[in-house]
Amino acid sequence: MASSSPVLEVGRAPAANATPVVRAAGIEKTYRMGDVSVQALRGVSLELLPGEFVAIMGASGSGKSTFMNVVGCLDRPSAGSYFLDGEEVSRLSRDALARARGRAIGFVFQGFNLLPRTSALENVELPMVYQGISTRERHARAAEALARVGLADRLDHTTAQLSGGQQQRVAIARALVNRPKLLLADEPTGNLDSATSEDVMSLFQALNDEGLTILLVTHETDIAEHARRRVVFKDGLVLSDAPVLQRRLAAARPRAAS
Amino acid sequence: MILLAALRTALRALRRNKLRSALAMLGIVIAVAAVVSTVSLGQGAKAKVAQQMASLGSNLLMVVPGSMNTRGVATGAGATQNLTLDDARAIERELPQAVAAVAPVNRSGAQVIYGDANWFTQVMGSTASYLQVRQWPLAQGEAFGREEEAAGAKVCLIGQTVKEKLFGDSNALGEQIRVKHVPCKVVGVLAAKGQGNWGQDQDDVIVMPWSTLVRRLQGSQADTVGMLMVEARSGPQVADAQREVTSLLKQRHHQADAAEPDFQIRNLTEIQNSANEQTNTLSLLLGSIALISLVVGAIGIANVMLVSVTERTREIGIRMAVGARGRDVLVQFLTEAVVLAAIGGLIGLGLGALVSWIMAVKAEWPTLLSPSVMLGTVLLAGLAGVVAGFYPALRASRLDPIEALRYE
Repeated sequence: MASSSPVLEVGRAPAANATPVVRAAGIEKTYRMGDVSVQALRGVSLELLPGEFVAIMGASGSGKSTFMNVVGCLDRPSAGSYFLDGEEVSRLSRDALARARGRAIGFVFQGFNLLPRTSALENVELPMVYQGISTRERHARAAEALARVGLADRLDHTTAQLSGGQQQRVAIARALVNRPKLLLADEPTGNLDSATSEDVMSLFQALNDEGLTILLVTHETDIAEHARRRVVFKDGLVLSDAPVLQRRLAAARPRAAS
Repeated sequence: MILLAALRTALRALRRNKLRSALAMLGIVIAVAAVVSTVSLGQGAKAKVAQQMASLGSNLLMVVPGSMNTRGVATGAGATQNLTLDDARAIERELPQAVAAVAPVNRSGAQVIYGDANWFTQVMGSTASYLQVRQWPLAQGEAFGREEEAAGAKVCLIGQTVKEKLFGDSNALGEQIRVKHVPCKVVGVLAAKGQGNWGQDQDDVIVMPWSTLVRRLQGSQADTVGMLMVEARSGPQVADAQREVTSLLKQRHHQADAAEPDFQIRNLTEIQNSANEQTNTLSLLLGSIALISLVVGAIGIANVMLVSVTERTREIGIRMAVGARGRDVLVQFLTEAVVLAAIGGLIGLGLGALVSWIMAVKAEWPTLLSPSVMLGTVLLAGLAGVVAGFYPALRASRLDPIEALRYE
């Protein structure tokens, strides 16, 4: 897990001819509240190639959360098209969206969103339950994913028995367990202190180095600098889209009982 | 989602709120217990009636003297003495297809004495056919035959109660007892029959030849008979027998055209049917009350499930985010409601079985718990769970994942 040597990273060049994990074209989203309609997204186009690590930034109300929901298949755009791993998903039914979500996307939330009074192992098993994977394979893969995030000795701990950082790592293990095409992280460090945030970002960087595509939503500049590319939203539009020039490398602390 | 996983999740969720689950179940428990006990009670009552009717004899017609109009004055049923021994013989002789046996019965109350002991009992004067139509076996000894009947022999059969009062545990067979003023030899002891239809003790009885009772005990030379007991050959033939006996007796009594003949025929099957009808009405009444309580129980479950869905909105959001379809969430909550109802149903079944067993023991009824009733009520409880759980589960499945994840 300690794969963060302080060598200057050169942005990994994603294969230019590969199928984009995310290809959003002209995404619009309008909410109706009675007579007032609010346009949260006003034509956003964005592509994520396999192996990219993109941070989305923006003030609240900029539309970044709405975009995240669309990318995460939690919501459908009002207009525009969205291809997830080459498949058009913007017009799918609720159930089909749920299936796409379960198969291709892993979520990490600010508030961890683990099931209370449930063991770490069972929390990580949850996404596999809905993919119809056998109990035995669920156990094995969940234990493996927890080991990957450094919690091999915490399998039976319930949510309340884990620290915030540990909870977030359980959530990351849960996001990884179905081998998603895309990891979506919505303010993943928002509820963590800076040292623990470093741990989590170091984990993300290691996963990205192994080839996982990550989309990170944050409003903290220094967190965004852990990504390879930064996209800034403003008023429902993309304001800027550029590689991170001086990328931060998170130093993983020695894995103490934190 | 795999059902097994849904079941496990449901059990865990219910365990987490033990008190709430128990209270939600209570309605179903009471309802199922009520349904099971009323149904088995009704069936027990019906079986009891059938048993009592059978103890009287099956396929039985009772012919009793009817009212007679004498110059415009009705005498009322049973007041006339217009059935005779000849009527009995005629039925036996002329209707062999439908009638298996005919027993003329006269009765009289009499004091019976043996040694220091004495007792007042009913004396039945009849023929050997009496034991056949009443389907009454002997515990000891032998019945009297045609010769004893013809001779008016001083012999008798005693019921269990009479035997106990006069002889206690010692032997009665072959002993002389005195019935009123007539010494009589005990040639047989009747098997115990227990309580009759109206609670009377059927074993408190002495049976002797018709002629012995009428000629010797009552000192009468008349041939009039108090009642004729007619046994049809089979259940379906009871109606035929009734019709044929009616027309024969009408003819013999020269009343072929009378709308109301001077005798009445009581069909015990009809009495049994009307008794069953009463039991059915009562069962239906109690059963519908029990069903109402099932509805109330289902409402209780629906209420708890609604609360549970609201409380676990965030959990639902998480499940949806990791790939649960609306259907998966629906199944999960429906399973929870059904498990709740099914557990309640099983507890209620146990409780109902216990209640009906206790009542059966107290009322000396046969306990009747048919497997189909038990299975049916538990299925009904499960169905109540499905109905009660459907709306809350549907609501859960239609939640917007984004809203649900944001729910505090």
